[in-house]
Amino acid sequence: MSGARIVAGYAVRECVRRRVFVVVLILTTVFLALYGWGAWAVFGSVTDFAGASDPVEAEVIAGSTIFGLAMFSILFLGAVLAVFLTLGAVRGDAERGLLQPLVVRPLGRTQMLLGRFMAAAGVCAAYVLVVYTLAMLITGAAGGWWPDRVLAPGLGLAGGVVVIAMVALLGSVYLSATANGIAVFMVFGAGLVAGLLGEIGQALSSDGLEDVASVAAWLLPFEALYQAGLAGLTADAGGFTDVAVQLGPFGGAESASPLLWPWAATYVLLLGMAARAGFARRDL
Amino acid sequence: MRAHSPLTSSHRPTRADCHAPLPTLGPVSAVLSSTGLHKTYGKATALAGVDLQVEAGELVGLLGPNGAGKSTLVKIACGLVRPSGGAVEVLGAPAGSLQARRGIGYLAELFRFPDWLSADELLELHQRLAESGGGAGERAELLEMVGLGDAGATKVGALSKGMQQRLGIAQALIGSPRLLMLDEPTSALDPVGRRTVRDLLSGLRERGVAVLLNSHLLSEVELVCDRVAIMLGGRIVQEGTPAALASARGVEVQTASGTRLFEDAGREDAPEIVADLVRGGESVYSVRVLASTLEDAYLEAVGEA
Repeated sequence: MSGARIVAGYAVRECVRRRVFVVVLILTTVFLALYGWGAWAVFGSVTDFAGASDPVEAEVIAGSTIFGLAMFSILFLGAVLAVFLTLGAVRGDAERGLLQPLVVRPLGRTQMLLGRFMAAAGVCAAYVLVVYTLAMLITGAAGGWWPDRVLAPGLGLAGGVVVIAMVALLGSVYLSATANGIAVFMVFGAGLVAGLLGEIGQALSSDGLEDVASVAAWLLPFEALYQAGLAGLTADAGGFTDVAVQLGPFGGAESASPLLWPWAATYVLLLGMAARAGFARRDL
Repeated sequence: MRAHSPLTSSHRPTRADCHAPLPTLGPVSAVLSSTGLHKTYGKATALAGVDLQVEAGELVGLLGPNGAGKSTLVKIACGLVRPSGGAVEVLGAPAGSLQARRGIGYLAELFRFPDWLSADELLELHQRLAESGGGAGERAELLEMVGLGDAGATKVGALSKGMQQRLGIAQALIGSPRLLMLDEPTSALDPVGRRTVRDLLSGLRERGVAVLLNSHLLSEVELVCDRVAIMLGGRIVQEGTPAALASARGVEVQTASGTRLFEDAGREDAPEIVADLVRGGESVYSVRVLASTLEDAYLEAVGEA
């Protein structure tokens, strides 16, 4: 484990030295500024047209909708970060000659993988939790709306990016950095499309489409974690408001099955074992 | 406690004993032992049965054309590549095992270090990974030893290729390895740098460190190695000391009747040959002892002579 900690520290230090965090900070600040601007505009419009006799709670619909969009953006930014921190961890670094001097040291390949995963997962999970919290505060300040569940949606996003980091790490064992980056973003896109299909299936009452979305959500649990996070935003909504709220854009809110988190943890573990087995057999 | 030096200790310390006196090493039959080693990549054969022993304090040079299997052999010994057949033991443990890796130092032919680390930080990282307790003293000594004493704070990206190669050698010496494997360590070095590395290797040999040196520079190998193994097509086709491989090839004598070659003769036979010729009435104008170089032996072994 100490070897993994050394590798994780090395990976995080690389991010600092290469100014990855500076770039991420600047882009995130821009995103949050635009989001804040949009949130104030949306709540201003809602206040203008909403009447006291409306059967729906306009602030809830407006707040949950724009915050749902923010959650999608945060998931996307977290996924980009996760992919770029891991896409060349094994084969990419081996092709550049960076990995060999480290692997011959007595720390073991498993420790090497674990260290890279700890760094990527830790950085990405912390990132999405921070941005999620800031976006929530902006939404609350702009319109006085707060999610029904504060912690669960953030944890869903954090879990989602951890899953994506592991998918990218597994890909890095078998694919070159560029091919891995493309592959992981296609997998990420497949999850989003499956969520969209689920929404369409719900709208059309198509059991087939809903089944496809459900299977895809289990195969790609980052999507299921994201959908469960969305469900937490309006968990206590009822009446017309509950009917009117359509969170998205890719994948509507779905309450988490009790098995979702255990499955996500098992999924990460299985992918980790596959990465370990592949790395152990790889000639460097 | 004084930081242990890579030149003054032949035992790699762990955390547990970095503050304790270094134990005396037990007898080790061979630091590196390869038996019937095979490696195939798909249908291509990289190694076709390699038997090689490297003893403690021995400096063995691996020679051979591109694709002969030299780097594959070294990589298998380091645990970077899995053998298809045969066995390699390093310090009595299977190559690639944790125990084996604790006793080796390695410099790859095509290596790269993170350009955002300074030379000193790179060595510190490897110290931590190698569980070396040498601290700043060991790092300073190694940098000094490879001629980078003033470059500790310089970023790797700002070092020239030759300086990075020197840093790579320093990195390989972290934790006082008992077996040092260097793949083309002097390819980017100037003559002064090569001399420095030669002196360094000689110093290591005197202290019982075994070195497996993979190089295309025959003159370097001839100057520094105790034994040379010439590889071709995944096999060792010639093996012996540089002197034995570069053996005498006869004595050439110029006489009034022409040049005569005594093929089986050596330097010690020259006086008698001349005396015989003079007794036989020949006038001798010059005598030349013909000795082949390691290059001749190499070219002959790989079939390009």
